[in-house]
Amino acid sequence: MKGWDARALTGMGLVGIVLLAAAFGPLVLPFGADTPDFTATLSAPSLRHPLGTDDLGRDVLARIVAGAQVSLLVGVGSVAFALLFGSGLGLVAGYLGGWTDRIVMRCVDVLLAFPGILLALGITAALGASLVNVVVAIAAVNLPVFARVARAEAMVLRRREFVTAVRAQGFPEHRILIGTVLPNASPPILVQASLLLASSIITESVLSFLGLGVQPPTPTWGNMLRNAVGFLGIADWLAWFPGLAIFITVLGFNLLGDGLRDRLDPNN
Amino acid sequence: MCKKRQPGTLSEVRRIVARLFALLPILLGLSFISFTLIAIIPGDPVIALLGLEAGPEAIAVLRAKYALDEPFLVRFGAWLWAVVQGDLGRSIQTGRPVRAMVIAALGPTMLLASAAMIVSLLIAIPAGVIAATRRNTPADFAASIGALCGMSLPTFWLGILLILGFSIWMPLLPSSGYAPVTGDPALALAHLVLPALTLGVGLAAATMRMTRSAMLEVLRADYIRTARAKGLTRRAVVWKHALRNALIPVVTLVGIQFGQLLGGVVVTETVFSWPGIGKLTVDAIFARDFPVVQGAILVTATLFVVINLVTDLLYAALDPRLRGAA
Repeated sequence: MKGWDARALTGMGLVGIVLLAAAFGPLVLPFGADTPDFTATLSAPSLRHPLGTDDLGRDVLARIVAGAQVSLLVGVGSVAFALLFGSGLGLVAGYLGGWTDRIVMRCVDVLLAFPGILLALGITAALGASLVNVVVAIAAVNLPVFARVARAEAMVLRRREFVTAVRAQGFPEHRILIGTVLPNASPPILVQASLLLASSIITESVLSFLGLGVQPPTPTWGNMLRNAVGFLGIADWLAWFPGLAIFITVLGFNLLGDGLRDRLDPNN
Repeated sequence: MCKKRQPGTLSEVRRIVARLFALLPILLGLSFISFTLIAIIPGDPVIALLGLEAGPEAIAVLRAKYALDEPFLVRFGAWLWAVVQGDLGRSIQTGRPVRAMVIAALGPTMLLASAAMIVSLLIAIPAGVIAATRRNTPADFAASIGALCGMSLPTFWLGILLILGFSIWMPLLPSSGYAPVTGDPALALAHLVLPALTLGVGLAAATMRMTRSAMLEVLRADYIRTARAKGLTRRAVVWKHALRNALIPVVTLVGIQFGQLLGGVVVTETVFSWPGIGKLTVDAIFARDFPVVQGAILVTATLFVVINLVTDLLYAALDPRLRGAA
């Protein structure tokens, strides 16, 4: 792993652990995320339940692992969706300039005029709280960010000599955009994607915590913490572990994003 | 700092006016989104208003009153016209004017946001200066790690942990509620501490990073070398000469963060039952009190845009190099 600094490697390690847990955890763990154990409600961490159980006797570790699947699904889904449409719009706007650019960027400015969480909140309130709607809501928050980054890159690239050279060879504009501009614009877009994965996972947990995200009984880190608030004085492990899971995952993506930026982005 | 001012007052005024006009389409766009979000919520708002047992006549009266049978754009136009005149409608739940509810909630929100900002600056500026002056030492390293952790910490989790620590394990501070500053100041402060810490710690991370990098840049400048050569102490150079200039980009960040706080308060206010605009929004969403949701989102987003504009203009005023560029 030559050339990657300690931060990026730590980030990869943390993200790797979360991915492995989400993928294989349910196969290995003895308890299901929804299996109640009425003989052991609100039991503190023990050998049988390493992270304790909740008020219905469900294994906290199993629920955190299941929550990891939701968080990663929402994070990756909303970022991928926004990356595809946002970068696409931004590249076209920046490359073509003129009216296309003006109209696209006005729309982007309007979306950026909302504090992110408020927009996500409004959209889930309007569409209803479900996995797909949460992905759509967070994608709407991320989309303008990608559009801005991609536009800035395209505006610089379209004036560069190697792009002019490709154009001089008579290639059609859409081929230049996809074949030449896109690959050269992708490093900052990828850096942004990693950082937005971190913020999207936080936004998902906030929506769930407020009760406007993915609904119970599907476990999410946010709705586990929502439930934990009612038992703070008697079962604090319910508050520690889901929060720690969010923290580790977000830290991993932030470290990865920082490391990627140092490696890929010549501007920094 | 550069004291000489360019005689460009007229062009400056023109620039500010141009920026204000550029704001209009954005405000129109966000009004449209705020209206649309609520309009696409499934279910008849009149039924929500009157209950299922409402008679057809009452329904017809209300539908006419809210112009619900008109086309979408006509309704939007009517709503916007009322909004421009300062009428945000009435709450379905309480019947109170939405404008009054929003204004009442803005006070606590501004108090919380300002307190959080103070907490953030008290942590971030000393930490950033120390990290920059002791670059690549354990202190710098610790500050960087701290900042990364702060950025990755979900605010509401920090809030829950603070409640656990200071309201449950050591019952020193109240875990929820609000006391107005006009009453008992000690009580008001006690209620403010935990929510302000919750919001401030997360903000401090970005501010510390910005202070550190701005300080590093300034410390390399010629006038700092001159100041050192004049025989000024290192402390005077760092805290007076360098910090003053390094704070210019930090001021911009603080302005942007103040806007972002309007979003950040949503979850913190909910955790601590703080009666601000964030909690108003969330409560109204659950009560399906759509005029309140609409009004609260519209006012918050408008404030956000205005704060960002003021920040931009302030930045240009603070840094004369930017004046011609914008």
